[in-house]
Amino acid sequence: MQLVKDTWTMAKRSLQHILRSPDTIITVVMMPIAMLLLFVYVFGGALGHQTGSVKYVNFLTPGIIVLTIISGIAYAAVRLNTDIQKGIVDRFRTMPVAPASILGGQAASSTLSNMFSSLLVLLVAFAIWFRSHASILEWLMFAGLATLFTLATTWMAIFFGLLAKSVEGAGSFSYILMLLIFVSPSFVPTASMTPAIRSFANNQPMTPIVETMRSLLVTGTAGNKAWVALAWCIGILTVFYLASLRLFRSRAAAA
Amino acid sequence: MEAAITATDLKKSYKKNEVLKGVTLTVARGEVFALLGSNGAGKTTTINILTTLIPADGGTATVNGFNVAKHPGKVRGSISLTGQFAAVDDILTGRENLQLIADLRHVKNSAQIATDLLKKFGLTDAADRKVHTYSGGMRRRLDIAMSLIGNPPIIFLDEPTTGLDPQARNEMWQTIKTLASSGTTIFLTTQYLDEADALADTIALLHKGTIVARGTARELKKLVPSGLVELTFHDEAQQQAAIKALKDRFNVTPNENLTLTVAVGDSTQKLAELFIQLRDAHIEPADFSQKIPTLDDVFFKIIHDKPEEDK
Repeated sequence: MQLVKDTWTMAKRSLQHILRSPDTIITVVMMPIAMLLLFVYVFGGALGHQTGSVKYVNFLTPGIIVLTIISGIAYAAVRLNTDIQKGIVDRFRTMPVAPASILGGQAASSTLSNMFSSLLVLLVAFAIWFRSHASILEWLMFAGLATLFTLATTWMAIFFGLLAKSVEGAGSFSYILMLLIFVSPSFVPTASMTPAIRSFANNQPMTPIVETMRSLLVTGTAGNKAWVALAWCIGILTVFYLASLRLFRSRAAAA
Repeated sequence: MEAAITATDLKKSYKKNEVLKGVTLTVARGEVFALLGSNGAGKTTTINILTTLIPADGGTATVNGFNVAKHPGKVRGSISLTGQFAAVDDILTGRENLQLIADLRHVKNSAQIATDLLKKFGLTDAADRKVHTYSGGMRRRLDIAMSLIGNPPIIFLDEPTTGLDPQARNEMWQTIKTLASSGTTIFLTTQYLDEADALADTIALLHKGTIVARGTARELKKLVPSGLVELTFHDEAQQQAAIKALKDRFNVTPNENLTLTVAVGDSTQKLAELFIQLRDAHIEPADFSQKIPTLDDVFFKIIHDKPEEDK
């Protein structure tokens, strides 16, 4: 009970940080929105032929949501690393507060703020004629998967935020995730890729996640990769949650 | 009554750099204890071990009767740490910073406690301003105020006045004195002999990872000669002449930069005699000053007394 209470106290602090720098929310949503518009209106004419009967904006939007989450969670790493550099984390560490609460507060605030920015991007997608066949149930499943994915990648961000030696380096791991999105069926079907790249694209974690999201929104079914997507998310979450707590406990005070 | 803090043979290395080579100390309940040392002596490492931030490689430590390695949670419940750099949240207001800590310490009436502390530390006017607008002294005061929430019986202050201007430093001393008078055990580190002198009941000198001396300020000061006068000369010939004129009556130590340190003790007679000797020998020094014992002198003296080590 104390764990939940302390986590909420830490999350509130972190949310205050986010709300007081609205420019970070704008930065987070600007890039995916620009990509959405770029892909739909510049590349979409050419790429649209690849996606068969699916309208390109419908094909693209789930991947853009994943992109929004990736660019958002990087800030969790930056915020955590800033706290470490400023000695605030050490202050918390000498107090009777559980490490799971100190880090969990960041995880909660990151998840909440990313749900908000995903919603903003989704509204823009609707404005440029993204349409879904999903019912309430599929929308809820989509929201659930997106939240789980955010939580999992946020713990990844927390791990790299703890590991980084500087605030500048803290968010850089997210570029690898960005790259994974590009080498996945997020923007174009993998069928058009060269064989080596295609086999990588078909087997990396972003692919089942993006495809399940797309399947839920576009066709209104979970598709055949939902369990794989779920397994990846839960796997990433578990590994980075445990690794972060371990690293946090063993990390020497910033000297 | 058991001691507030004990450390026995604490050791800590970072890679091959041996920072603590066996630190042993005891802090009685209710006293102000100063760990005095220069940069790199191992002060912060000692504090970090005692406050559960880092594990020691060897040795044991207890805080408030709890073993630091075995019961870190109980130790954390008994202490607060004010680190070397004010660990305050810049984006929150002063009031919000205090309430955050009060919430985490699960104290009742956190709002009232925040208001009281703001008043006590002269921050009422700035209470609802974001902390990044605060001056260095205000940040330090807020930092200390945050440490007092929940009334921990033992407070650690790591170089509480480093980087403060003289006025803020004076305020900090007053704050520490007030705290001490309420019975809180205070463990502070400092580079300044005068600070330890002004605040501490007991001083331990940390040098290169070991405690080289320990005692009250009065006891430590006896280790270094007082009543030194430093004379500066125009050239080497004049310096040599002065040595010749003074060496029979005074204990003189020539230094490299054309200066001469002369021990005159506490007597004004001796001091007068020094200048008469110089006048009679027709030596007019370029400058002279009374030398106040510094931490360097104490270190120099102590290390000099045990040449078998570190040489």
